[in-house]
This record gives sequence, structure tokens and C-alpha cells, in this order.
Amino acid sequence: MSTAEVIAETRGPVAGRRRLRTLRRSLRYGRVRVGVVLLGLVVLVALIGPLVAPHDPDAVIGLPASAPSGQFPLGTDYLGHDVLSRVLWGGRSVLWMAFSAATLGVALGAAVGLLAAYAGSIADDLLMRGMDVILAFPQIVFVLLFVSLLGPKLGLIVVLVAVAWVPQVARVVRGITSDVVQREYVESAELIGLSRWRILTREVLPNVTTPLMVEYGLRLTWSIALIAAISFLGFGIQPPNADWGLMINENRNILTLQPWPILAPAVCIGVFAIATNLIAEGIGRAIAGVDREGAVR
Amino acid sequence: MVLWILRRALLSLLVLFGVSVLIFLATQALPGDPAVQILGHTATPEQLTELRKQLGLDQSLVDQYVTWLGNVLTGSLGNSLTSPQSVSSLLIDRGLASLALVGASALIAIPLAVLLGSLGAMRRDRPSDHATQGIFLVLTALPEFVIGLGLLILLGTTVFTVLPPVALIPSGGAAFTHPRELALPVMTLVLAVVPYLTRLQRAAMIDVLESDYVQMARLKGLPERTVVRRHALRNSLVPVVQGSALTLIYLTGGIVAIEYLFAYPGLGSALTTAVAGRDLPVVQAIVLLLASVYVVVNLVADLLTVLLVPRLRTRRG
Repeated sequence: MSTAEVIAETRGPVAGRRRLRTLRRSLRYGRVRVGVVLLGLVVLVALIGPLVAPHDPDAVIGLPASAPSGQFPLGTDYLGHDVLSRVLWGGRSVLWMAFSAATLGVALGAAVGLLAAYAGSIADDLLMRGMDVILAFPQIVFVLLFVSLLGPKLGLIVVLVAVAWVPQVARVVRGITSDVVQREYVESAELIGLSRWRILTREVLPNVTTPLMVEYGLRLTWSIALIAAISFLGFGIQPPNADWGLMINENRNILTLQPWPILAPAVCIGVFAIATNLIAEGIGRAIAGVDREGAVR
Repeated sequence: MVLWILRRALLSLLVLFGVSVLIFLATQALPGDPAVQILGHTATPEQLTELRKQLGLDQSLVDQYVTWLGNVLTGSLGNSLTSPQSVSSLLIDRGLASLALVGASALIAIPLAVLLGSLGAMRRDRPSDHATQGIFLVLTALPEFVIGLGLLILLGTTVFTVLPPVALIPSGGAAFTHPRELALPVMTLVLAVVPYLTRLQRAAMIDVLESDYVQMARLKGLPERTVVRRHALRNSLVPVVQGSALTLIYLTGGIVAIEYLFAYPGLGSALTTAVAGRDLPVVQAIVLLLASVYVVVNLVADLLTVLLVPRLRTRRG
């Protein structure tokens, strides 16, 4: 069976409608609407920004650390680059890195969780103990450990951030799945001789998709934080590229002279993270009907 | 019960073993020659051979791991590649400074969260509760270094210049004797963890306040304050034990960016420097220490929870 068929079948009419309803219900919360608007703004700045930037982000065009003026609305940075242009250029890297890390992490985590719960016994134990090992590292430390030898490569960082999320996602998915596989309809599917793969994708996966949406939102928020922190530490995208986290690092020494080169990218990172968190919260509320109390980082 | 503790301790040891293998593999066995990575392509063959010998790269992988683990267990962690200090003395100096930072943050954050969470539960759905929840929702989303930058600009450099923006504490000195330098990093970490802990406490308190025995106490005619203090508070604290463990664990990662931001001489900034300088012995030691903190704190929290909630003792058996 091709993957396209599997997807078409798992998104059967009932499950699909249920998911859509959850999303629509979550839009009733004011905070979700605020989140969607803010997220749209940040994505717009990151994608359209480079097209409308008034100056070349890598060109030294003014005195270092000059105050906002007509020519440079947010002033210039420690080398004399235009801050506004760098902010407009600097969103692309964190945007694609955060989205790909969250997507990859949730996909891998879901796969591990499903496998562990459905395979049971030894495979389950092995997989989940392996997850415990990854979980023992603070995420930023886990990423830095590999970066220390392999160097700051963006693709590597995306994969490492994704792997850092796998244990938590796998735990959530495994919890739900091991509940589901004991239900009667999975048993009956086994009795009529459906293959494991079909049972996993058709009977089990639809139960997991809604919680996974919340999980995706939370992982996205924390991927933004983690990736921004890594580039703030200087291990992400390298100069002379413009990047929000990197801008904060570069301009630390002129903070007392000019807060703008630091404040502007910090606000962008903050708004991005807040927006995705508001949306994730809202979807979580719409599913549970109540507060989702305390999620584990 | 004893069996459960033994099993739990054994599992922790197993995780620690896995952690050590992963650290070893990540720093010494990945494709590419660490010696070349560290010294660069301009190094002479003699320098490379010397460094390979120092790192033990001339032995087989298993031999390397056994030697490395043996050294770690006996506390001889070797020398830093970039500074004359031995790794163990660096770990002690920086570790104590980080401990002061994490300890002070936890000591402020945990009681504050219990207070705020309980108040939130008692004033549930009133404007003050909604306002705090809204602020906390924003704070949980923000990366901790962005919170730190906000405080830094507000209190350290630009708006009010009341606190020192950089934590110039002599390495190895007692950090507690520099309260003004500690203020900004501690405030940042407190703001980063209080929202999560407060939500835990609020949820636990709401559960307890709706339970039968609290209703009973109310029906007896006890004033609400007494009900909360005498009957509800203690029972609502169990999730906070686990929450506090998670907070400590979160702080071990959170210190990395925050110490770098405030130039605080702790383990986090030492790790950043070591990664930038490819100082593998220091990276290995710090990462191993931080991961061990996770395993130990988790073990202690699980034991405490089982001691606090007797019914768990039989269930987990």
C-alpha cells in the first residue's frame, strides 16, 4: 500500500471532521485568534521582509551604534549595519529551522511511541529506556554536545533539536496507544486478519492525531526558544548572516549605548514564541474542554 | 517497597551508563578526527600524534571507552585543552557558582509558586486570577534569555540602571557574598520557572478544594482560611515535589544561556566556552555532570513521592 493511500484512509471522513471541529472550536478563544494574528505577522516579516528591506543587511552603511534616525529607523548595529534591514532578513533561518525541527521531532516521536506501545514487551522496554537516556540531557546541552565536535551546521542543529523532542512525544503517543490497543475494535481488527501496519495506521493513529496537534504546537514554541538560544550563544547561523538570535549576541557589547539592535530581534523572537504557544494552548483547551495543566518541557 | 527502590535505583544506573556511552560517542567516536578538528588543518603531524595520545585516540574504541569511564569514576578527568586548569578543579569552581545560582532561584521560586498557585485556586476565575494566568502564559512561551534581556534592559542598562548588568564574580569566590550581582540572573530564572510551578500548584489546589474532606471541613463551619491552611495545603503539595524536581532539571539547562548573557562564571558559561574552543575533556565532564543531576534529582523525587503518598507503594510494587 502506498503512503498516499494510507494517509487518505486514515483521514477518513469521521476523523477528519472531528479534527476540523476541534480547530474551529479553538478559534473561539480570543487568545487563539491573537496567536494566529501574531504568528501571521511574524511569518510575514520573515518571508516578505527581505523583499522590502531598505538596505543591504550585510553592508556597512553608517557609523556604528548610531541612534534611530530618518535614514535608519532602528539605528545601526555594532558594525554600522542597518538594524531594520537585518531584522527583516533575520527571521528566515529561525522560521524554517523551528518548523522543520518540530515537524521532524513530532513525526519521529510518534513513530517511536506507536512502535513501542504496539510491539510491547522487549522492544517497548528497549525503546523507552533509550528515550530515558536522551531525556537525561537538558535539551540545549544535548545539542551543544554534538555541536562541540561536528561544528555549527544548521541541518545538524535541526536534527538534534528534533531528536531532543522525541522522548516526550514518544511518551505521550505511547500512553494513548497502549490504551487503545487493548480496546475491542483493535482486537477485532486483529481477528479479521488485518496487517499490523493497517491496524496501526487505520485503527490506532486517528486516536493520536488530536493530541499530536497540541504536542506539535508546544514543540514548535520550544524549538523556537531552543534554536534562538543556540544562535544567541553563537553556535547557530554564522556572521555575516543576519539572524535574530545572532544579532543579540553580536550587539551585546553596545547594549548600554544602543538597546535597539538587541531589543528589536528579541521582541521578534518573543512574539513568535508567544504566538505559537497561544495557539497550542487554545487547541489543547478545545480538546480537553478545560485547562491543560502544566506541560513538561 | 525495598524491591521497588532497588529496581528504580538500578534503572537510574542503567540510564547513567547509557548517558556515558552517548557522551563518549558524541565527542570521541564520530566520523572525523577529533585531533584535526581541535587543532585545525595547520597542525604538524607531531602535534596531532601528541594530542591523539593525550585523548587516547590511538587505542580501540572499547579500550578508549573503558579507560575514559575508569578515569571519570576515579575522578581524574584530565586537563583542559585550552587552559592550564585541571578539569576537576574547574568543575568544582564553576559548579559551586552554578549551585548558588540554581539554589537561590529554586529557594525563591518554589515557595512563591506555592503561594501564587494557592491564591489563584482560591480566587479562581476572578479578574486577578485571569490576569496572572495571562501574564504567565506569555512568560512560559518566552525563551529564558529573552526574559533576561528584558530585565537587563529594564533594570541594568537602559531604563533604570539600578543593578549591575554583568555578574563580575571572581571565579571560585563565594557567589552568595555578591547579592547584587546575583540579582538579575536569579530574577530571570525565577520568572522562567514560576509560571509552570504555579500552574501545577493551582491545579492541585483546585482538586483538593473540591474534594469531600474539604467540603466536610467547610460544613463544620471552619473559616475558609483555616480550611486551606490546615486541610488543603498539605495535600496539594504532592505534585509540587515532582514539579520542583522538574524545575531543578529545567534550571540545569536554563543556566547555559543565562550565565552566558550575564557573564556569570558558572558551569553553563564554562560549557559555552568549551564548546566554542572544542575543549573536549571539559565538554565531556560538564555534560556528564549535568545529565547526572537529572538522573539523581529524578530518583530522589520519585522516592519522596512514594514516601508522601503511601498508596503508591503498593500500586507500583
